[in-house]
Amino acid sequence: MLQKTPPGELYLSIQNLWKAFGSFLALKDISLEINEGEFICFLGPSGCGKTTLLRAIAGLDLQTKGTVMQDGKDVSNLPPSQRDFGIVFQSYALFPNLTIEKNIAFGLENTGRSKSDIAVRVNELLQLVGLPDQGKKYPAQLSGGQQQRIALARAIATNPGLLLLDEPLSALDAKVRVHLRHEIKELQRKLGVTTVMVTHDQEEALAMADRIVVMNHGVIEQVGSPTEIYREPANLFVADFIGEMNQIQSQVTKGGRLSVGEKTFACLSHKFNDGMPAIAAIRPEDIIPHEAGYLDTGGNRNCIDVTLDEMEFLGSFWRCRLSNERFGSSELIADFSINAVRRLELEEGRTMVIELPENRLMAFDVPETAA
Amino acid sequence: MSEISINPGTLPAGPDIKPKLSRDDILMRGSMIVIALYLVATLVLPLYTMLSKSFSTYRMELSQYEFQVSDDAGQFDGTILSGDALNEQIGAFSGTELSTGSDGRLSVTELFPDFSFRSPVMYQIRNTSDTGRFLVGSTLQDDTDWVMLDSNEFRRVQLRPVQSRGLDNFVNYFSTPALFNSIKNSLWISVLSTIVTVTLAFWFAYALNRSCMRFKGVFRLIAMAPILVPSLLPGIALVYLFGNQGMIKELLFGASIYGPIGIVIGSVFFTFPHAFLIISTALAISDARLYEAAASLRSTPWRTFWTVTIPGARYGLISAAFVVFNLVITDFGLPKVIGGQFNVLAVDIYKQVIGQQNFEMGAVVSVVLVIPAILAFAIDRMVQSKQVALLSARSVPYQPTPNRKADRIFLAYCCLIGLFIVGLLAVCQFAALIKFWPYDLSLSLKNYDFNKMDGGGWGSYINSIKLALLTAVIGTSVVFFGAYLVEKSNGFRTGRSIFQMFAMLPMAIPGMVLGLSYIFFFNSPSNPLNGIYGTMAILVICTVTHFYTVSHLTAVTALKQMDREFESVSSSLKQPTMKLFARVTVPVCLPAVLDISIYLFVNAMTTVSAVVFLYSPKTTLASIAVLNMDDAGDIAPAAAMGMMIFYTNAAARIIHLIASKGILKRTQAWRGR
Ligand SMILES: Nc1ncnc2c1ncn2[C@@H]1O[C@H](COP(=O)(O)OP(=O)(O)O)[C@@H](O)[C@H]1O
Ligand SMILES: [Mg+2]
Repeated sequence: MLQKTPPGELYLSIQNLWKAFGSFLALKDISLEINEGEFICFLGPSGCGKTTLLRAIAGLDLQTKGTVMQDGKDVSNLPPSQRDFGIVFQSYALFPNLTIEKNIAFGLENTGRSKSDIAVRVNELLQLVGLPDQGKKYPAQLSGGQQQRIALARAIATNPGLLLLDEPLSALDAKVRVHLRHEIKELQRKLGVTTVMVTHDQEEALAMADRIVVMNHGVIEQVGSPTEIYREPANLFVADFIGEMNQIQSQVTKGGRLSVGEKTFACLSHKFNDGMPAIAAIRPEDIIPHEAGYLDTGGNRNCIDVTLDEMEFLGSFWRCRLSNERFGSSELIADFSINAVRRLELEEGRTMVIELPENRLMAFDVPETAA
Repeated sequence: MSEISINPGTLPAGPDIKPKLSRDDILMRGSMIVIALYLVATLVLPLYTMLSKSFSTYRMELSQYEFQVSDDAGQFDGTILSGDALNEQIGAFSGTELSTGSDGRLSVTELFPDFSFRSPVMYQIRNTSDTGRFLVGSTLQDDTDWVMLDSNEFRRVQLRPVQSRGLDNFVNYFSTPALFNSIKNSLWISVLSTIVTVTLAFWFAYALNRSCMRFKGVFRLIAMAPILVPSLLPGIALVYLFGNQGMIKELLFGASIYGPIGIVIGSVFFTFPHAFLIISTALAISDARLYEAAASLRSTPWRTFWTVTIPGARYGLISAAFVVFNLVITDFGLPKVIGGQFNVLAVDIYKQVIGQQNFEMGAVVSVVLVIPAILAFAIDRMVQSKQVALLSARSVPYQPTPNRKADRIFLAYCCLIGLFIVGLLAVCQFAALIKFWPYDLSLSLKNYDFNKMDGGGWGSYINSIKLALLTAVIGTSVVFFGAYLVEKSNGFRTGRSIFQMFAMLPMAIPGMVLGLSYIFFFNSPSNPLNGIYGTMAILVICTVTHFYTVSHLTAVTALKQMDREFESVSSSLKQPTMKLFARVTVPVCLPAVLDISIYLFVNAMTTVSAVVFLYSPKTTLASIAVLNMDDAGDIAPAAAMGMMIFYTNAAARIIHLIASKGILKRTQAWRGR
């Protein structure tokens, strides 16, 4: 049974967190709440502060200002050794001179467990990550994916309340990555451990997270479930960063409609006043194709005629580039199903009509730095 | 949740989060402070003491004393005479006679021409101010009370000088040609040796890296041999070859080996391996693609050499030049043995201190010597950081192609250099084994009967081994642990950069200067560490500090190759950092640890400059014995002892090699498939 957002109690709470490196602000006023058992992804372009935030949560690099509460306890200024978490790094940081067993057992020693208890637990963990008979080998003798699982086993060996993963998959090749994605998610669900994973790969975040925290330039742009983030991006950055998004310069006219040239479109409700410039945005797969002349047959929908400049077959759909002088030099990208292409007999160079459905057409702020 | 966020611009007011330190943090910072304090006590404070010594001048201030003289019946009439006035009256001392050293003493009776220790006349003397001091016998009077003495006691009154600060010592130095001429001598000797060594080493390294000649491995070994002997050993060999009864002294056409010629030839010998190593590294990393490009542009070999090879190796060449310059200008052993009447700075320090007991002037010469040494060091560091940047760039190693004629020329050249190095060593060994050059050439071991000579006998050799082992073990532990702390502890930025600075400092300080500053610092009765003076402990401490920098850099390089996140993982697993250090860091860095040990061992065996001021009759060393036996004219035993050092170091290196190979073999499993 798939569950959307686990309803668990508040486990980790970050309030007004700032991090400065000299005069450079890597994190600016971050506030975030994470529930028990949730799988959270920090997603954003490289250098936006994801790792910095993760390290602040772990206490590895203390924030400059702000509080971190874990399990009802203020841990803001505690060193890592006094917090409760396991961590996996992009490099895995496996101890090269210790066998797999010894690596996993490293955190179990000095905890009052007997030697035989430790051996039992190590075996259990090896079983759990699917490498039951590799315990005597050294890390260098395993593949990247196997090392990754060992790092994971070592991190969860002591049953921490919080699992932190910093780009755990980015050092692996694509196939292994997709496979491990599922395994990690599976494991997390089995253990129910609250997990925060850092990634710059949107696909990974969409596939794994219960909730995604989209970050940019040290601030949180949006927090939401994968579908929320995808369907209802809070701003142009999120819209653009996750999935693909067509962007058209437009102006808000009466009734909140968006005008492009003399053509106006109905769109989702927004905050703009009449006369303000805005970006009209729509995802390629939301554009509906119609045959040429569809406009004339009545219906005052968000339709516009376009020229089909280029078609590219991508297996399960066609990616099409569409132009209309009203859009200026920018082209629209639309993904049409194989069916629709066949039904409408679409081919390069033809004119056609497309519909931009009102409930999928969004209006966003014009970015300040628009050139 | 879907509010559009506005970029907040500035940090809010209020205090920053103060980290709560973990026990590991406290432990690591504490240890770092301890090692930093060690460096302060063994480096910074001694140097400071020495510097302040160089500005200390001592003068007899006669105006600070007042006297009363009784009549023959022992009655005083109350007339008070100032020392100043007395001196003016009778002109006992001139102005220059009154400036003196810290140990200066002035017999007070010189101010009283009528004085006779049998007369019944009584004397009173007092200081007029708190700074005045005089001795009655061995009791010091430093208050302003009158002291009454009969003439027999008065005879034993000695005035002590007043210390003041100023440039007098330097003025004195620069107005004495015999002293300041050494600056010129040292500089030109060093420059000349540098040019010769770097040129020779460059072609040697070039042959080994860029040609297909044979026996490269052998030549590499030979080139490194001089590192294993004290710098004064080539001097002894040169005496046998070109000295007054030299085997081939005709080759000098009457010129004397004692002086600049000998120093330059010997310097080339002992600095050659250093220059060779640096240049060889620089040549090894240069990019083959540049040569392919040059070849495709049909560049002549000569042109390629000047446009590709030399620019590619330029940082190596510059770095080698400054390292050699530094080695030569700070070296003491070689010019001591073969310098003759030719004065250089390092030997001047020794002569001032040991010969003339003029410690202040020794300090002045030290300050003068430190300046070029620090300059050369700073430039070398700058250049080396550039070289590192080159190293990290992706490049394709150059593969030489055979060229029969060129390979033969290179082989001949390398044979010449090899003959020079092996030849000097062989001469020493030969000298050590014959009875009495040049009169009795029969073989004998009598020169190894060190116990019959000056210099401490076989005990010196045993002491040297002790010193080398202790230095290797203690030094490696301190240096590696210190480097670990500075590389891997959290936060504490200022503390760490100060530590780094301290760790770099020893390399810039010439051994003679370090040794002399130890005298000033540790021999002072007010120093609580005074007890280690004259023991093995001070020799170990001095040697560790002297060779700290290179060891530290080796350790840092190895530690930088460790994953930065090991410590993070370990603390997230709530394990003490020291467990990680013992179980992971040290085992993984074992090759570097061994490198540091052998480096310290070899240098402790060969060092002369720093310890020459610090050994005591109980802690004489082999390298010092070479020096002292040579000084006493026992040149053959000196050569014999020098070769003992060579064989010991060679054996140590072989053991090191075997140990390293063994470790690599044992750890092959985890070092990769
Ligand atoms: N120790 C540091 N000193 C200075 N700047 C840093 C440091 N660590 C990170 N930064 C800067 O902070 C920003 C965020 O870094 P990071 O959190 O690593 O980004 P990412 O989102 O890729 O994980 C980057 O611009 C980076 O250059
Ligand atoms: Mg990152």
